[in-house]
Amino acid sequence: MSETKISIRDLHKVFGSKKVLDGVDLDIQKGESLVVIGGSGTGKSVLIKCIQGLLTPDSGSIKIDGVETVDAKESLKKDMHSKMGMLFQGGALFDSLSVWENVAFSLLENHHAARDHAKMEAIRVLRQVGLAPDVADLSPSELSGGMQKRVGLARAIITKPEIIFFDEPTTGLDPIMADVINDLIIESAKGLGATTLTITHDMASARKIADKIAMLYQGKIIWQGTVKEMDKTDDPFVVQFVNGCAQGPIKVEV
Amino acid sequence: MQQKHIETFLRTLGKPLVKFVISLGELVLFILKSLYHAFTPPFYLKNFVKQMLDIGFYSLPVVGLTTIFAGMVIAMQSYSGFAGMGAERMVADVVLISVTRELAPVLSALMVAGRIGAAMAAEIGTMKVTEQLDALTTLSTNPFKYLFAPRLWAGFIVLPFLVLFGDVIGIFGGYIVGIYKLGFNPANYINATLEYLQALDITTGVVKAAAFGFIIALMGCYNGYRSKGGAQGVGEATTNAVVSASILILIFNYLITELLFAK
Repeated sequence: MSETKISIRDLHKVFGSKKVLDGVDLDIQKGESLVVIGGSGTGKSVLIKCIQGLLTPDSGSIKIDGVETVDAKESLKKDMHSKMGMLFQGGALFDSLSVWENVAFSLLENHHAARDHAKMEAIRVLRQVGLAPDVADLSPSELSGGMQKRVGLARAIITKPEIIFFDEPTTGLDPIMADVINDLIIESAKGLGATTLTITHDMASARKIADKIAMLYQGKIIWQGTVKEMDKTDDPFVVQFVNGCAQGPIKVEV
Repeated sequence: MQQKHIETFLRTLGKPLVKFVISLGELVLFILKSLYHAFTPPFYLKNFVKQMLDIGFYSLPVVGLTTIFAGMVIAMQSYSGFAGMGAERMVADVVLISVTRELAPVLSALMVAGRIGAAMAAEIGTMKVTEQLDALTTLSTNPFKYLFAPRLWAGFIVLPFLVLFGDVIGIFGGYIVGIYKLGFNPANYINATLEYLQALDITTGVVKAAAFGFIIALMGCYNGYRSKGGAQGVGEATTNAVVSASILILIFNYLITELLFAK
């Protein structure tokens, strides 16, 4: 019996008149890699922002290690963030800082590590994600998209978080680079024994990194299962999405 | 029929009004939150020092140029007004009062609003739309403490020093015109300036400057923080930061003057 790391119940979030999350129930087991798939604008990003406390849901419950985080105090949220790492879609690297200062941000600002020690640690993690040490002193704007993703990944894993979030990790990358990033994600998550939550609409990436897949549609989780189950299911929504057909029950809002 | 007209009228009036009240409320909440985080640790000293340099040191040329010409023009104008009636002493006094009480603080603040308010809104706005603000939060760092508090403190503290610098340069501008253009006696002019110099003139300017510095940083941070949707949103935020800061500077200039001088 594995233990539940993140437990979400009846989560609601409305923007204006648009119901983005309309009663999401989702459990993520410890050490599991869950991938949430769904079309653009179905609330995938909103879901992970709610879990991280970047957005406050209108109602519902999110428990991490059994502790309720919705409407939690600032100090609890801070503790919670120290257990988490996040790879942002665009990297979200701080462009006022050099690459290594980005990677070592937590060490420098939260753990008050000495600069040379922090830099060594940053270079070690950069190597782990396949970047040469001479990248460390560059500015993020000098890097290619794939390299920025790697630096973002290095920044997310340097504190050895228990939970890592990946927001469209392969979007905007060529297929080979996407696969390299997929491998890095699997490697670093396995290495840390971390629980991961990935949102993507890249099915190749989802197949590769997922232990379990959940599909978000119209603000609800309409299906979940393993990759094998996904290939066998006759759920018309999942079949349409996985095969990428314009025809089917999912209506694309244009 | 009549009722329908009233209804449409109220509706057109109501929508902007509701919008206005909402954004006013958001601003007040933003100010309260910023103040709370400005006074509670952790403090990011390095960011504060960097902002002091950006807002203060690098604004010195702009402030110097602005105030020297302001002082010069005031000397010229007041001379033509007072020609004949003890112009030397009058010009010195008018330059002194107008520079220290009004021109140095207001013109410097407007220039800094253009220079710094815009840059702040653009930087923070870009960080917002590229998710760097979210990234800060996920790295257990509060953007209010890391980004906004150092800027607000720096604006509040450094503007008075800029204005003191502007006072000196502005009065010097008046002196140049007085001596080299209007042919005053340097010793008499300096004596008159020192004689009329009052602590209240300087403190007025300094109090105003502190308020203006806070306003500039606040509008820069607030508009940047609220910006949405890519390059266009950031552009809008930048414009709003400068316009709102400039208007608020002029309004508060009047209010502070009234507070200090109304009898």
